[in-house]
Amino acid sequence: MADLVSHPDEVKVVSKRFGKGATDIDRYVALDGYKAVQKALAMKPEDIITQVKDSGLRGRGGAGFNTGLKWSFVPKQSAKPKYILCNGDESEPGTCKDRLIFEHDPHAVIEGVMIAGIAVGAHTGYIYIRGEYRYLSNIMQKAIRDAYAKGFLGKNIFGSGYDFDVYWHGGAGAYEVGEESALMESLEGKRGIPRIRPPFPAVVGLWGGPTVINNAETLASVPPIILGGADWFAKLGPPKNGGTRLFCLSGHLNKPGVYELPMGYNLKKMIYDVGGGIPNGRALKAVVPGGSSCPLLTADEIDVSMDFDSMMKAGSMLGSGGLVAVDDTTCMVKFALRIMKFYKHESCGWCIPCREGTDWIEKTLTRFHAGGGLKKDIDNIQYLSENMLGRTFCPLGDAAAMPTISIVKKFRKEFEDHLEGKPCPFEKAGTRELVTA
Amino acid sequence: MKFSDEFEQRFAEMLTHYPTKRSALVPTLLYAQDEVGYLSDEVIHELAERVGLTELEVRNVISYYSMLTTEPRGKFNVQVCTNIACLLRGGEQILEHCKAKLGVPNKGITPDGLFSVEEVECIGACSWAPAVQVNYDFHENLTEEKMDKVLDEYKRKGTQ
Repeated sequence: MADLVSHPDEVKVVSKRFGKGATDIDRYVALDGYKAVQKALAMKPEDIITQVKDSGLRGRGGAGFNTGLKWSFVPKQSAKPKYILCNGDESEPGTCKDRLIFEHDPHAVIEGVMIAGIAVGAHTGYIYIRGEYRYLSNIMQKAIRDAYAKGFLGKNIFGSGYDFDVYWHGGAGAYEVGEESALMESLEGKRGIPRIRPPFPAVVGLWGGPTVINNAETLASVPPIILGGADWFAKLGPPKNGGTRLFCLSGHLNKPGVYELPMGYNLKKMIYDVGGGIPNGRALKAVVPGGSSCPLLTADEIDVSMDFDSMMKAGSMLGSGGLVAVDDTTCMVKFALRIMKFYKHESCGWCIPCREGTDWIEKTLTRFHAGGGLKKDIDNIQYLSENMLGRTFCPLGDAAAMPTISIVKKFRKEFEDHLEGKPCPFEKAGTRELVTA
Repeated sequence: MKFSDEFEQRFAEMLTHYPTKRSALVPTLLYAQDEVGYLSDEVIHELAERVGLTELEVRNVISYYSMLTTEPRGKFNVQVCTNIACLLRGGEQILEHCKAKLGVPNKGITPDGLFSVEEVECIGACSWAPAVQVNYDFHENLTEEKMDKVLDEYKRKGTQ
């Protein structure tokens, strides 16, 4: 069970029931649970979509697409069944927020899935949880059973005449499955190889039926929007960036933890105030702002607003909300190597630029970090990364390339300091010791 | 091939969740592995038959997922995360410490079959790094001393 933290600047929308025993269905109901879905059942489906669209809710998995707009792409009429698929395959390094949602408020996810279903005319929802999160699968299985026992799921929910089923599904260890088309392949019992688009899942998704795929945090944000209104939610953040986010603070910080802050919160403040600053009197060197696939920011670039559009303008991404602070004792070559090692491990091998690129760059960085770096390697790492960008079926290739390009560009000197057999300046000679916070 | 009643109940129920049988495959493989210890030839044969696939198709799925294994592991599989958030807070030391204490290399099994050690990718414990999963249980905010206690506790459990 992960520890909870708090900060006065927090605005608790998704996390409002954390630590309040809401895994118990009666407790959840007492804390306004399953009210939003009843309200949604009395609304016209197109009004639900409009309300979610106007709230400015954007995909919390990282892509940041307007959720209501995504729902609006589902055709009204469909010969094949429509589906809602909740993406709980949380695997982006730096991200540990969906874990808390499933642990503390599983019914909020179920309710979000139901509302999405009512909005697009689907009668079945799946909640996909990564295989490593077995204790959360157990919590979710119980929550679903309890909801059926109360008659909240199944036939004629809340006497509306509307039928809705929700099932859980478990993964078995695969980062790439967090990508929506790979997620569908995995749910269909296959390797998580991405599908080519178009057709998009909203038209041809699970078993060929129109499918809405949303992140767990996105879906957990839906019931509050239905109850509180689009305006209220939109005004929590800057224009077109409604609501709050669960920011996962990790790395070299005094007070790491998951904090729910309004969209657009200042990154510098997030690090020095909310996160308590850098331990041991050290200085900040770099920040991974939203999970390992985001371009890194240097310590001079952090006076920015944490919303999708501002982060894009700053040359990075808001991503999945996983903020990793890196102090000045860290070797950026090693950091780049660890990121690339991950993407190489997770590359499914389907697209050649990703399969070959991640492998080649990892080998180069390994040699480089060990002191065997050549000057031409530095440009070669850049060249290989740039050639992965936009040339793969799923964004895993981009995810590997973007942080790498930013690290080489912004910390080129550290690469030069490793050249021609020089030992890594950040590691003590003869040891593998790394600095701990 | 005999699985537990709990497995059979879950499997039978899961088949009713999807329009195709093979959709139940990935979670079922993991539950089967948890019971048997690994995905043996016998398990693969049985599950392939149950979901109407060839063994080759099932093996093709198995090789994609990091958690699925066709080789036995220790009774307690110590999975040490060394990805970025853990790396910055000593994940690599924890890995080295576990390997040294148990006397096994990465993916090695102790002679008594009690432990195996595995370096893994992000397990979703970034804010509580460094972190380790022993089978499915999370152990977080670790130091070498805390790790020793965790391992000793499992050893006690495993030799009782």
